[in-house]
Amino acid sequence: MIELQNISKRFLSNVVLDGVSLAVQDGETVALLGPSGVGKSVTLKMINGLLKPDSGDVIVDGLHVPKLKRHELALLRSRIGYVFQYGALFDSDTVAENIRLGITDEDQHRDVAYCAERVKECLRLVNLAPDVADKYPAELSGGMKKRVGIARAIAGKPKYLLYDEPTSGLDPVNADVIDGLIERLRDELAVTSVVVSHDVRGSFRVADRVALLWQAKIRAVGTAEEILASRDSAVQQFLERDLEMSLIQAEGNQERHGA
Amino acid sequence: MAAVTGALDLVRYFGRWGRRPAQHVLGNAGRFTYLLIDLARGLTEWRVYLPRMFTQATHIGYGSLFIVLLVAGFAGAVTSLQTGYQFTGALPLYYAGAVISESMILELGPVLTALILAGRIGARYAAELGTMRVTEQIDALESLGRSPITHLLLPRIIAGILVIPALTMFANATGILVGYLTAKGSLGLTYADFEYGARYFFRPLDLWYSLIKSYCFAGAVTLIPCYIGYNTQQGAEGVGRATTTAVVSASVTILLLDALTTKLLLGVK
Repeated sequence: MIELQNISKRFLSNVVLDGVSLAVQDGETVALLGPSGVGKSVTLKMINGLLKPDSGDVIVDGLHVPKLKRHELALLRSRIGYVFQYGALFDSDTVAENIRLGITDEDQHRDVAYCAERVKECLRLVNLAPDVADKYPAELSGGMKKRVGIARAIAGKPKYLLYDEPTSGLDPVNADVIDGLIERLRDELAVTSVVVSHDVRGSFRVADRVALLWQAKIRAVGTAEEILASRDSAVQQFLERDLEMSLIQAEGNQERHGA
Repeated sequence: MAAVTGALDLVRYFGRWGRRPAQHVLGNAGRFTYLLIDLARGLTEWRVYLPRMFTQATHIGYGSLFIVLLVAGFAGAVTSLQTGYQFTGALPLYYAGAVISESMILELGPVLTALILAGRIGARYAAELGTMRVTEQIDALESLGRSPITHLLLPRIIAGILVIPALTMFANATGILVGYLTAKGSLGLTYADFEYGARYFFRPLDLWYSLIKSYCFAGAVTLIPCYIGYNTQQGAEGVGRATTTAVVSASVTILLLDALTTKLLLGVK
């Protein structure tokens, strides 16, 4: 279980999070929605201890993350897969080496045969051909990089998966593929996931519950239906803005196809 | 009363003006100390950094050899020509052998090699680590429960500390050889005279001094750029700033260490 208890964070004078609380049950997928720069990624980084809250507590698997010692944190992180916004693949390593780094058990990591097999399996899980293993990140498309990032995150068979804007910068077709992948992994691996996104449609598709982060606070938490039915002005404003963006995007696509 | 208030305002103004640089220096000193402690702690994880260290050593050693030898060769040649210009007719020719070999071993070999490598290796380390920081590759390593210190920093630093002194010794030898060939061509210096002069003024301490100096410089060339690159912020602009800062800081530190080691090791008053 992941629990955020009244966490606050500021960078210089900019208050990013102000008393945010959220609980994610085991096996549940929660999407953290909100406009850009609202502190979604900061929240995600606090869950695996990359950032510490100024106040409040983050509890993962019963462990108080901000108070963990270095080796305890490393141990906890080996149970958390993290998918970065732009993949964050190691440029100088091949795809296979990148995925192998995700195998966090040291004995398994040293076992070459196991690693080769696991790399193949992870590539299959993210719908990539086995020959991608020998390529370098520079040779991959944006969508493929994201999928390799997901493959690396699941290579260590984590209990938790954190996705940081998994569909940002992708065209609608590729975004749909990634959403489908998150859905499949949720069902096949039964992991507890937090998906940070500003894509409403995708979030409603992959998440059991959605939380809206607005002006440093959680404004609404609930299922897709509950969020859509919400009378909260911030929720409505955000959904309207997303609808407008979708229409602009659709018009742009139509124009491109027409041309 | 007005004078007191004015004086207090002035103190406050200069206090505020001076606080930022002081905080900056203290902050960096603290972070650098923590980095050194982390590096020392990471030394036990040799299984992680040793294979990567060999790759780095090959990159920086083999890749830098040509430019290091080229610069050392020119330094030896120019020292030889200038010695001829200043000494001819005034001192016995064998003095040229002493001047060329001692200049190369004591100063030109270690300092020029370190300055070139500060530009070549220092810039490379800072840019690589800075890019990895801003593209979240370092965060990714940490999120996988792996230490960036043992995966990224230790291999680079140990590789530099092993390779730079070796390159310095090659530079010393090349500078002396080219210096001798130039003196032979321009001054008509014989090998016997050159060897006599070089041996007459040579003390084993000189070579130790050159080696110790090169180890100190290797520390500056690797540690400073790694520290600056590792702490890069603010995107592509930050990487550019980190690279420039790393090269300048490493070069200035080399010059300071040069003066310090001369004072300490040669006992010059």
